[in-house]
Amino acid sequence: MAVIEARGIRKAFGTTVALDGVDLRVEEGRIVGLIGPNGAGKTTALNTILGLSQYEGQLTVLGCDPWTARAQLMRDVAYIADVAVLPRWIRVSQLLDYAGGVHPRFDRAKAEGFLARTAIKGTAKVRELSKGMVTQLHLALVMAVDARLLVLDEPTLGLDILYRKQFYDSLLNDYFDRSRTILVTTHQVEEIQDVLTDVVFINRGRIVFGSSMEQFESRYLEVVVRPDHLAAARALRPIHERQMLGKSILLVDLQLGGADHQQLAALGEVRTPSLADLFVAVMEGQGATP
Amino acid sequence: MKSIVWSVRRELWENRSIYVAPLIAAAVIVLGMFVVMLSGRHARPDQIAVNFEIAAGALMGTTLIVAIFYCLDALYGERRDRSVLFWKSMPVSDWTAVLSKMAVPLVVLPVVTFVISVVTQLIMLLMSSAILSAKGHSAAALWTLPWLRMTSGLLYHLVTVHSLYSAPIFGWLLLVSAWAKRLPFLWAFLPLAAIGLIEKIALNTTHFAAMLGSRISGMEGDPAKGSVMMMLWPAHPLEFFTRPGLWIGLVIAATCVAAAVRLRRYRDPI
Repeated sequence: MAVIEARGIRKAFGTTVALDGVDLRVEEGRIVGLIGPNGAGKTTALNTILGLSQYEGQLTVLGCDPWTARAQLMRDVAYIADVAVLPRWIRVSQLLDYAGGVHPRFDRAKAEGFLARTAIKGTAKVRELSKGMVTQLHLALVMAVDARLLVLDEPTLGLDILYRKQFYDSLLNDYFDRSRTILVTTHQVEEIQDVLTDVVFINRGRIVFGSSMEQFESRYLEVVVRPDHLAAARALRPIHERQMLGKSILLVDLQLGGADHQQLAALGEVRTPSLADLFVAVMEGQGATP
Repeated sequence: MKSIVWSVRRELWENRSIYVAPLIAAAVIVLGMFVVMLSGRHARPDQIAVNFEIAAGALMGTTLIVAIFYCLDALYGERRDRSVLFWKSMPVSDWTAVLSKMAVPLVVLPVVTFVISVVTQLIMLLMSSAILSAKGHSAAALWTLPWLRMTSGLLYHLVTVHSLYSAPIFGWLLLVSAWAKRLPFLWAFLPLAAIGLIEKIALNTTHFAAMLGSRISGMEGDPAKGSVMMMLWPAHPLEFFTRPGLWIGLVIAATCVAAAVRLRRYRDPI
């Protein structure tokens, strides 16, 4: 069964269309990255999935309509909207008390175990913690919930690199297993490339690309072409071309049928592209960036 | 049920003024009475008895102010600091969240007022007896006051006037708190002032202002109006429940709460 099944989701704020017919299917046990430029509709899409925002179209999350059944859905869904939403006045121990009180799937001992590895004290108030520590606290809280779907909206925004790395490490090592599903949006495409099992690009309220990471790696190749081979390489219909240190780097979609690995290897050094490069190629194809 | 108890508890964690403010007021009252009695004025027992009324009245005034500020911030503050996104990530419905906030002025504050008033009056009784006997007067007149009727009357007054009769005011404040994008205080009071002003200009009457004033002060709903011992248990306690004003007010309160629930669901953080 699909954890998230969205068909033709539309959402407009006045005359601004935030979601323009989003189709999205997320299977159980996947880690899906939802990636898009600013204003593409990432947060709006997550808000509809979390029952925070009304929408037109068909959407089921774990078999529920999130808008009408938010409170019930939140037993099985955990989310971090962004790092700054924990109430600043609350004490860490009160936060654990409250979560234990209202959440049937919250395991307090587990949360305390995660917190014991950090410098966060139970008596501290959220306002006394650094930004990185607040994220650690929130992550400890959601990882202690036995949820089927975890949604993270820019969870590492504004954090330094140590916390960012640690964040995804604990998520993978301490939380993720094949029965859970994670949906994450981020700007920092590079740092989640190795974490994801699936990737979805969103632009101007539409899903413009979706693939599993295995498919992505077998479908796209990047070739670093010397100037004398450039004309031959361009004949293979690359989907994107950029210059770096006097060399041309061409991104080729093998499914377009214009080239195979051997042909490319004859033209220059062949490598797997980064997700960020494909993202730029797809977005420029869409006319999203100048 | 469990989640509403935890939701109310978290309101107390966040808003410690709910019990700190009346405690400070009680301390000031007791200290003030101590100073006045030592200075020798109000030494007669019947004059001292009035102080017990004043103490209860001052505590009610304090908790009313706390209730007004609490309601105005209850659904506004959580949107302004975006913590509403965290609260909504918990399996707690908007109904539970809003009702637990409405329970603070309707249940928690009257109970707090009652308990602190009774304890304050007890301390005042012991203190004035001690001072009277130290000065060689008899304190017997204080102990023969109708304490049971006064205490039960205080509870009755709090439940009827400060909770049930004031419910539409708290409902309105919560509604504004759920709706306003800024300045909830202004949005809560300007429309009321405007209605009063329009009535005055158009009809040259002041019914709305009078109605509002009596509801806030509790005088219109107070069955024991006019009696010296305002907080005595009334002669006809059930008469209160036959007033149309009470039921109209409760319907308005319920409508405001339902609208606040809907707004909490639809409104984005500010």
